[in-house]
Amino acid sequence: MSAAGTSSTLATTPPAVPSPWRLPDKGKVGMACLILTESSFFAIFVVAYVFYIGKSLNGPFPADVLELPILGSICLLSSSVTIVLAIRALRAGSTGMFCAWWLVTILLGLEFLVGTGIEWYGLIVEHGLWIDTNLFGTTFYSLVGFHAFHVTLGLLMLTLVLVFGLTGKLRPEHAERTEVLSWYWHFVDTVWIVVFTVVYVIGR
Amino acid sequence: MVSVPGGWDSRESEGGRADVQRPRVARRVLAGAVVAVVAAGVSSALAENGAGGTLHPVPSMFAPVSSPAESIRELSFLVAAISAGIFLTVSGVLFWCVWRYRQQPGDDREPPQVYGSNPIEWAWTIVPVLIVLVLFLATARTINELQASEVPENALNVTIVGHQWWWEIRYPDLGVVTANELHLPVSSDAAKRPTYLTLESQDVIHSFWIPQLAGKTDVVPNRRNLMWVEPTVTGTFLGQCAEYCGTQHAKMLLRVIVHEPADFESWAASQKGASADAAAAGVDPAIAAAGRAVFERTACINCHTLDGTNADGRFGPDLSRLMSRTTIGAGAALNTPQNLRAWVDDPHQFKPGVLMPAMKLDDAELEQLTAFLLTLR
Amino acid sequence: MTVLDEGIARPHAPEHVSRWVTVHAWATTVDHKKLGVMYIASALVFFLIAGLEASLMRIQLAVPNNDFLPPNTFNRMFTMHGTTMVFLVGMPMFFGFGNYLTPLMIGARDLAFPRLNAFGFWLFLFGGLLLYFSFLGGDGLYGAGTAPDVGWFAYAPLTGRAFSRGNSTDYWILGILVSGLGSTATALNLATTIFCARCPGMTWSKLPVFVWLMLINCLLTLVILTPLTAAQVMLLFDRFLGAQFFDTQAGGSAVLWQHFFWFFGHPEVYVLIIPAFAIASEIVPVFSRKPLFGYPFMIGATVTIAFISLSVWAHHMFVVGLSASANTFFAASTMLIAVPTGIKIFNWLGTMWGGKIRFKMPMLWCTAFIFSFVIAGLTGVMLAIVPFDWQLSDSYFVVAHFHFVLIGGLLFNIFAAIYYWFPKVTGRMLDEKLGRLHFWVFATGFYVTFGTMHFPGLLGMPRRIYTFDAGRGWDLLNLICSLGVLVQAIGLCFFLWNVVRSLLRGEPAGDDPWDAWTLEWSTTSPPPEYNFESVPVVHSRRPLWDLKHPEDPDWKYE
Repeated sequence: MSAAGTSSTLATTPPAVPSPWRLPDKGKVGMACLILTESSFFAIFVVAYVFYIGKSLNGPFPADVLELPILGSICLLSSSVTIVLAIRALRAGSTGMFCAWWLVTILLGLEFLVGTGIEWYGLIVEHGLWIDTNLFGTTFYSLVGFHAFHVTLGLLMLTLVLVFGLTGKLRPEHAERTEVLSWYWHFVDTVWIVVFTVVYVIGR
Repeated sequence: MVSVPGGWDSRESEGGRADVQRPRVARRVLAGAVVAVVAAGVSSALAENGAGGTLHPVPSMFAPVSSPAESIRELSFLVAAISAGIFLTVSGVLFWCVWRYRQQPGDDREPPQVYGSNPIEWAWTIVPVLIVLVLFLATARTINELQASEVPENALNVTIVGHQWWWEIRYPDLGVVTANELHLPVSSDAAKRPTYLTLESQDVIHSFWIPQLAGKTDVVPNRRNLMWVEPTVTGTFLGQCAEYCGTQHAKMLLRVIVHEPADFESWAASQKGASADAAAAGVDPAIAAAGRAVFERTACINCHTLDGTNADGRFGPDLSRLMSRTTIGAGAALNTPQNLRAWVDDPHQFKPGVLMPAMKLDDAELEQLTAFLLTLR
Repeated sequence: MTVLDEGIARPHAPEHVSRWVTVHAWATTVDHKKLGVMYIASALVFFLIAGLEASLMRIQLAVPNNDFLPPNTFNRMFTMHGTTMVFLVGMPMFFGFGNYLTPLMIGARDLAFPRLNAFGFWLFLFGGLLLYFSFLGGDGLYGAGTAPDVGWFAYAPLTGRAFSRGNSTDYWILGILVSGLGSTATALNLATTIFCARCPGMTWSKLPVFVWLMLINCLLTLVILTPLTAAQVMLLFDRFLGAQFFDTQAGGSAVLWQHFFWFFGHPEVYVLIIPAFAIASEIVPVFSRKPLFGYPFMIGATVTIAFISLSVWAHHMFVVGLSASANTFFAASTMLIAVPTGIKIFNWLGTMWGGKIRFKMPMLWCTAFIFSFVIAGLTGVMLAIVPFDWQLSDSYFVVAHFHFVLIGGLLFNIFAAIYYWFPKVTGRMLDEKLGRLHFWVFATGFYVTFGTMHFPGLLGMPRRIYTFDAGRGWDLLNLICSLGVLVQAIGLCFFLWNVVRSLLRGEPAGDDPWDAWTLEWSTTSPPPEYNFESVPVVHSRRPLWDLKHPEDPDWKYE
């Protein structure tokens, strides 16, 4: 190894630290991590669903009993748009518009859940399909059920925020955190797109 | 960054050479293949001559008697050699560092602060990739040799059905059904006759493993697996279930008896036709007949199959040729009259947790039943 | 986030927070340091329990046809031993060290979500207690109660209602499920902290290797732990709602459970070992007196390992009857993952090369780790050779392999970490002489037991059997394995004695007993609750080297 070259023994100044020192928002990073792990969770149920397509030993079979949930899907996917509008309104300072759009979001989400409930009622009572009926029932109810469960959790959180909004506690500086919550809602919608495709399009 | 010939990224902080020290002895020596080789020798030395020919009690994968197992052993030698080379090199470097770069007492200066070296990093990335490539190619070739093969015309077909905790063995072409003992014809260059095994399970996952014949393959419920063996040496070879399947996984043993072709044919013939030969068993025919009556009116018929009776249960082994087998309870005990009697009385003394219940017969019934069972050869 | 503060981390006047505070303070704490200690202490307790379970098994297997343990009890022992070691020892060790050290190393005050941190810890602990409650449930301790007996990987359909009556399997599912939720929460928390709480100047290329590897590990955990949760939920549905995910009688697939489980299970072993790599990457440089050789390659290799680990899972399923192309693919990916792992070993050797190595306790353990891990890695490559695996799988060879990984790899590094950071956490040094006794006795016992254990596997002894016949060539080998456990137990006694004695009468440590270079050594021992008086500013990977060598700082060369 050659001798040390001409490095100065004088203490020179270290390179400047980037100023201001900017780090990501922990709410956004935390939510991104949550979405990552939940995606993994749903992926397993989707894989199970796809694996068992066509393998049920007995009916009812998907083509016989499933109808495309068009209305519910439109409602749920539109709610992603309305939630963006709500947050935009909050950023702009109009809490009233925020509450309005937020309420619409919740109602659209509720409509989706009601639609799911009606669908399930028909499947269970009229067609005799439950989770223990066959492989289709097993994978259908678990996948769609967990999605609906996540929608429900989302609606509970959205309702809580609505209460904050209606009681005048929300201000424009809360828009960041509300946006983090909206990410969760967008995630739930994205999962629905996957579920819809796998269950109602491919699997039928 | 000071640039140094050879591409090392480093700088001199406070250099200095260490004084040479006394070498240290290596700490540990691995016994390695010595034991395996010794065991392989021991297994032939310990061989006993019994009804099934020479018994090989040590199921060593390094004493193969069948083509798949031989291929695996050859591959394992290549892997072992490469691994030994890597191990000696890397641990050699480690011991060198421990000896040579030890801090000398009184020397508190910091050594040259080296950050790394790109050429070295590439070197010790590329060389391992090449080694991995060699190993992968050898592996892929052997996988294809052992797995993706077509069943030859003259192959012997056997169906193995795993149960908790015994092996059902069926020869569909020969009409033979037995349990826990697999009889095979030897395959020689002059008369090649491999055996193809279809593997199924009645309940949970088990694994069919006779190391001297082939690698193991699981028997999985709702799935059919296929494997083949080609034994080239006669004798008795041992194996057992190799996938945890419940309480008595440990006592789900296998015996493979490899015969000369003629002996195999006579064995197969002996497994069909009339059984229940009281004279050959040396028991009083009257007692045996009474025992048959006990059998037919007790719960035995629900679980077992027995030629010539109305017993057609599939939960337990087929008993038609019970006495032609060396063990009972899938290797839990030797098949002697005393053990047989004790087994029927209470199998849990040999195999706690076995699914066969204690039959709760009184002494007289037990005598008669045992006598009857002894006639099933 | 924080306003740039030009203050440099300075040693503070000692404060009187080094005494044990009340139980209430500990029970309600959200401080990462206390939670870290609680994680590690709980892990050590579970370690001793699982070690006891292993010792009972080895007594049973010391001689053929032994009747020390009935089969049901033995089966519960290996199930609980494996489950405990993986979920209740390995994972909390990861979270314990990650929790304690990460904020200190990045100049932060605490984790991103302190209350979530506490929540994650208590979920882990209660999940573990639920699992162990199974010994008391049902029949109580008679016959070891209703503890699970399906193996730590709980293959279907053995775990279905038909073959697993009673609630033992449900304890396994629920205990791990609850614990797993805690792990997911803490992994999320640690990852967010590393993204969002680094002190000024600590860019990604200045992050200590330990922190980098913790980040990679947390992200890997987030990806792979919920699949296990999903599979366990499916199993619960099977057992309680009559679902048919893994019910082979109804057309379900037993192999599907294996795919799901091992998709979690294989990366999980990397989640267990990456913290060990992180520890070694801190200790080897400090005791070799040189920076870690090849920092970017170490990070890159770990990222590569994390990605490849998601594609190797079916090497646990080579014997289940997959197609030749599937077997070939997984053989390739498994062999490939050996390359970045080897790179890491070479970089540690490169760090030692040319150094002035001080063989204090932490370095002794790390050296033994490197030696053991080479062996572990090579036996792993042997298992990747598919046809060879058809003989070795489910035999004692595999058991020996993974104990070399987990004891020689993980546990040795945990001992190294305890000897290294105990002074920081408690303000006292562990005794060096007792430490050497601990090391030599334990390591000897380890090599005797698990080195020997390869050979019964090569001679055809399957795993998970409660007894074996004499004369199979396994008798003497099993006896030797069992005797080695006794030696390890003695070594552990020296360790525990060392810990207790040092807590009470250990030599005061000072701030920086090892002359190390990362930020945690700039605080007092133990650190104050707020960690740093003012937010540190760093300019290199070794801020304390820069402080101690102002004429030759790292930032000139990095």
